[in-house]
Amino acid sequence: MIEALQFDFMRNALMAGALVSVVCGIIGTFVVINRIVFISGGIAHAAYGGIGLGYFLKFNPVLGAIVFSVASALGMGAVQRKTRQRADTIIGVMWAIGMALGIIFVDLTEGYKADLMSYLFGSILTVPSSDLLIMLVLDVIVVALVMLFYKELLAISFDETFATVENVPVDAIYMILLCMIAFTVVMLMRVVGLIMVIALLTMPAAISGQFVKDMKKVMVLASILGVIFTTTGLWLSYLLNLTSGATIILVSGAAYLLSLAVKPLMRRAHSESTG
Amino acid sequence: MRRAETTDMPREVISVQHLWAGYNGEPVLEDVNLSVRELDFIGLIGPNGGGKTTLLKVLLGLLPPTQGQARIMGKSIKEGRQYVGYVPQAVEFDRDFPISVWDVARMGRLGHCRLLQRYTAEDDEIVTEALRSVDMLDLCERPIGALSGGQRQRVYVARALATKPQILLLDEPMASVDTQVSVSFYDLLSRLNKHVTILMISHDISAISSYVKTVGCLNRRLFYHGDKQITPDMLEAAYQCPIDLIAHGVPHRVFPEHIVEEVRS
Repeated sequence: MIEALQFDFMRNALMAGALVSVVCGIIGTFVVINRIVFISGGIAHAAYGGIGLGYFLKFNPVLGAIVFSVASALGMGAVQRKTRQRADTIIGVMWAIGMALGIIFVDLTEGYKADLMSYLFGSILTVPSSDLLIMLVLDVIVVALVMLFYKELLAISFDETFATVENVPVDAIYMILLCMIAFTVVMLMRVVGLIMVIALLTMPAAISGQFVKDMKKVMVLASILGVIFTTTGLWLSYLLNLTSGATIILVSGAAYLLSLAVKPLMRRAHSESTG
Repeated sequence: MRRAETTDMPREVISVQHLWAGYNGEPVLEDVNLSVRELDFIGLIGPNGGGKTTLLKVLLGLLPPTQGQARIMGKSIKEGRQYVGYVPQAVEFDRDFPISVWDVARMGRLGHCRLLQRYTAEDDEIVTEALRSVDMLDLCERPIGALSGGQRQRVYVARALATKPQILLLDEPMASVDTQVSVSFYDLLSRLNKHVTILMISHDISAISSYVKTVGCLNRRLFYHGDKQITPDMLEAAYQCPIDLIAHGVPHRVFPEHIVEEVRS
């Protein structure tokens, strides 16, 4: 691992992993406690439309993905809030339309489509410095928004009715949350690819939620876990010459399953020591 | 007796006039009229689907009425609800939600704290006082999921008190809690009632009748005479089937033995 650090691409990859882990821990916690994994999946896949558009119109596909994921986040959020029935169907449809648009745009684009697969399956090892900058900016935006609206975000997550009665602008806060999910999804896309974004978004938060019972602590622990998972995954990918997105996900998945197994044991040990 | 009171009547805190409300054009509440005076303790009973929750939703501004109007402290609902402390039903709860008792109670300060503003030391004092008044200050660092149902309801009352309310609105607060716990909870409400008006909905007639000051029956229409006694005609009108109800174990003391003198006078 140490000699791997000589390479620029490896340093960039570790940096990207760390940048992503911070937002992942924070936003993943909101996704898990609000039970909006499905809508986050929709946002992630609809982002592919933006990638296709980026190829077609020859601009940075990451920017296209940002536009598409934010637009789909707002659209899906509006659908979910306004129509009480079959919101999941409509979200599923938007999810598929986004992907289909992306595929068509890519079809229409002439010439060689370099690293198209990297958006689907991630390629943290080819993250250029320019993308690191975009990630840093998104990191700052997300952290700032969460700090500014923390008490409202916590309130709508815990008890939306009460927040409404207290005149919290519930719909606006929810939309801000969905936009932050969109930003996060775009960042994660570089690391593990659109297909596996949801896993990395939710697993660190789900694991840490089992062991700490305070929202801020859940976020911090989830971020730390994210760094550990991406670094370990990268190392395995380097060592065994495997796709990095997949190794990162498998490391996280193994840790998640382990945490599920360990939790009951801990509980038993705890009750034995106290009772 | 009743006449004498009218000259010196406490001010009206909730006023509901000819209120109709419902969902998808189907009315659930029909021509409901209700006047709640300061320091009243009103229990509203009624069958499931009778509109108890719907009335609460209207009073909280979560459901616009189709006809008629409701006002709180003489203001529209959207403005008046800042005087209301809302205590939700004790069901559907995510035990894994990572939040402490303190953070839940502090949400009562949301309405007094603008966007982008942090909670102040004064907010913390108010929250401390609210938690102390429901005997939950000692447990303020516990995760809310680690509490029993009765303790959790106390925290929700503290959260409502932290809003510094004139009126407490409670929605079936003891729906899933055993009798012993609910007795001490209703004791707490009686204590709070010295300073705050309480409107509580419930289907637990026996509990309601021993703690509240007045009772109303709600089944699409509201049967309320500003009386503590549940009269057989109220029950019959509200439930349509009073015999069924008695069979379900309503204690006899709910029905006054001297209906005629008390109610008709």
